[in-house]
Amino acid sequence: MYKIATKKMLNSTVCQMEIEAPLVANKAKPGQFIILRVDSEGERIPLTIAGCDKVRGTVKIIFQIVGATTEKLNHKKQGEFIQDFVGPLGKATETEGIKKVCIVGGGVGCAIAMPVAEEFHRLGAEVTSIIGFRNKDLVILEDEFKACSDKLVVMSDDGSYARQGNVTVPLKEMLEAGEKFDMVITIGPLIMMKFVVLTAKEFGVPVTVSMNPIMIDGTGMCGGCRLTLNQDGKKVTKFACVDGPDFNGYEVDFDEAMSRGRMYFGFERHAHEETCNLFKKAEGGNN
Amino acid sequence: MAINPKKHEMPTQDAKVRARNFSEVALGYTEEMAISEANRCLNCKNKPCVAGCPVNINIPDFITLVKQGDFEGAYKVIAQTSSLPAVCGRVCPQETQCESKCTLGIKFEPVGIGRLERYVADWHNANAKEGGEKPQSNGHKVAIVGSGPSGLTCAGDLAKKGYDVTVYEAFHVAGGVLVYGIPEFRLPKSIVAKEVEGLKALGVKVETNVVIGKTLTVDELFDMGFEAVFIGSGAGLPNFMGIPGESLKGVYSANEFLTRSNLMKAYRENPDTPIMKGGNVAVVGGGNVAMDAARTALRLGAEKVYIVYRRSMDELPARKEEVEHAQEEGIEFKLLCNPVEILGYNNPENPRDEKNGFVTGMRCVKMELGEPDAKGRRRPVVIPGSDFEIKVDTVVMSIGTSPNPLIKDTTEGLEVNAHGGIVVNEEGLSSKQGVYAGGDAVTGAATVISAMGAGKTAAAAIDKYLSNK
Repeated sequence: MYKIATKKMLNSTVCQMEIEAPLVANKAKPGQFIILRVDSEGERIPLTIAGCDKVRGTVKIIFQIVGATTEKLNHKKQGEFIQDFVGPLGKATETEGIKKVCIVGGGVGCAIAMPVAEEFHRLGAEVTSIIGFRNKDLVILEDEFKACSDKLVVMSDDGSYARQGNVTVPLKEMLEAGEKFDMVITIGPLIMMKFVVLTAKEFGVPVTVSMNPIMIDGTGMCGGCRLTLNQDGKKVTKFACVDGPDFNGYEVDFDEAMSRGRMYFGFERHAHEETCNLFKKAEGGNN
Repeated sequence: MAINPKKHEMPTQDAKVRARNFSEVALGYTEEMAISEANRCLNCKNKPCVAGCPVNINIPDFITLVKQGDFEGAYKVIAQTSSLPAVCGRVCPQETQCESKCTLGIKFEPVGIGRLERYVADWHNANAKEGGEKPQSNGHKVAIVGSGPSGLTCAGDLAKKGYDVTVYEAFHVAGGVLVYGIPEFRLPKSIVAKEVEGLKALGVKVETNVVIGKTLTVDELFDMGFEAVFIGSGAGLPNFMGIPGESLKGVYSANEFLTRSNLMKAYRENPDTPIMKGGNVAVVGGGNVAMDAARTALRLGAEKVYIVYRRSMDELPARKEEVEHAQEEGIEFKLLCNPVEILGYNNPENPRDEKNGFVTGMRCVKMELGEPDAKGRRRPVVIPGSDFEIKVDTVVMSIGTSPNPLIKDTTEGLEVNAHGGIVVNEEGLSSKQGVYAGGDAVTGAATVISAMGAGKTAAAAIDKYLSNK
């Protein structure tokens, strides 16, 4: 069992927890992920590590409440326990030789982008961050990004906060203005990453994308997280859990990844509704 | 007294009934059946059966005790050399091991050794008073990587000799392939749990949620005071065929399909973990894992389940018993048949159609057997123009695995072969001092019992190494 050391809501649907897992905290690097189970019947879900405190032995996770499992996790309180927590899994984000980087985060993906930005800042790279959200209420981690970025641009889809538009708009402007990034690193919804890749590719800037597909074991055993890369005209199958989660954005077949991500859409929607109803009933019973 | 030429039949659930439930297929002998079957043993001098057992169970001795009705005594004989009797009695391919060597088998059917082993182990689990005493510690610490059959065997043998053993498991529950791979209807998980509890009673510590190569490295285990490490991390990465359509929704590796059902309990009502159920299912491959996947699909509610295998029935690598069970349950064998493409739904009018990207069928070609290959198996050759389609909703690829790179990549000085398997000598010692390995991590996909044999060999070698240290 793994104790929830702290819990905090970052906005109405995004929750941050620090979990006591000293072995994981001791090894975790930006870009890696963990797999957790909330209870003894629970499914295994991967979450990218949003930070860790080696002294306190805690690992930070930030998740959006989107399905039954994240709903259950969000119902856990500080001081309570979750069943299983394993990691760090996957490869750390490659930082070598990158002196000037642009980090592009979208929505809850910013939670994962933030420790990557921090790591580049710590290593002395020049960090430009572009973070985008659907609206004002969903903005998270703005101060944290400010602290580790030489330049920060905040975007909102509906214009209710900061500048209106997609993250690709300022990226394109910067590239057009002659900014020379060694690398663009993007973490967020697949569709956003796909367009970040297209934008950067126009200018020949390499892009690293962080993939977060459906997984079970996270150690290369099940192959459920496989994705297709187009390498020199050849299709190559890779496993996100052991070969990633970071990949060369130019090579990733995003359309396939988006389709695979929706494999259990019907099941998940139903399970989430059921879970919400159960919690509502339980809460009603307490009154 | 005339000897019954045939083995006592194993009572089983009716094929029609069991094809729709996850309860165990084989029900086990009664006491009368066990004693009667034991009496078929000639107690011959040469004991060829013992040499046929990868862990050298003293078979005639335990059978003699069964004849006398001393089941606990029989259990003690088995337990001297086997750490997992209830498991082996169920999943060992006895027909190619101990039973294939049985003297009685020259004229008649051999003694049902596996069935007797199962009876004895189940009797012990049901009747024995708990609390086998914990052996006296010898002060040496050994780490075991992976809690599958090789790791558990190695752990058990070392614990019995007084070693302080810790088993590290990446999953949230111990058992490895015995819990994620082999289905409930062939090996109930309560039996695996019981065997693991037995090891814990001997003092073995089991640490779940630790991925060696990630959470801790092999070198760190030595830093932590372990004097020897046994790697039994299993096979790993599933193979795919490399044909178009393998990324469509509804295509699984057998590992994923079985893990969802077995380990994550997706077969239960209202599971937290989803799995595709119903419709038509094609399982590609002909091994025991393919049989397990096919029979699982059927129990999950499939209308039609096919085994698609490129050679003929004679070459099918699965155990005969498993193939027969599958046939009885109504699984259709499409032999001399090989998939060339998996077909998916695509509505060009509506890219948001929820059915887009799901499997609808599989295009196959017919094969014929040509010249024998290097291993002497006749090579399947495509019959030109024989393409045909089958309508399926789910495809399970059960065509083997490749070793997992996590430990190799993080352990300096650990030699692996061209296939990624860890290189070991006949004692299980790797190229790195104090590091031993066995099971699928060394050989690639093989059987539970051969992995147990490797765990046993390594345990003896580790004992020798640390006693002389």
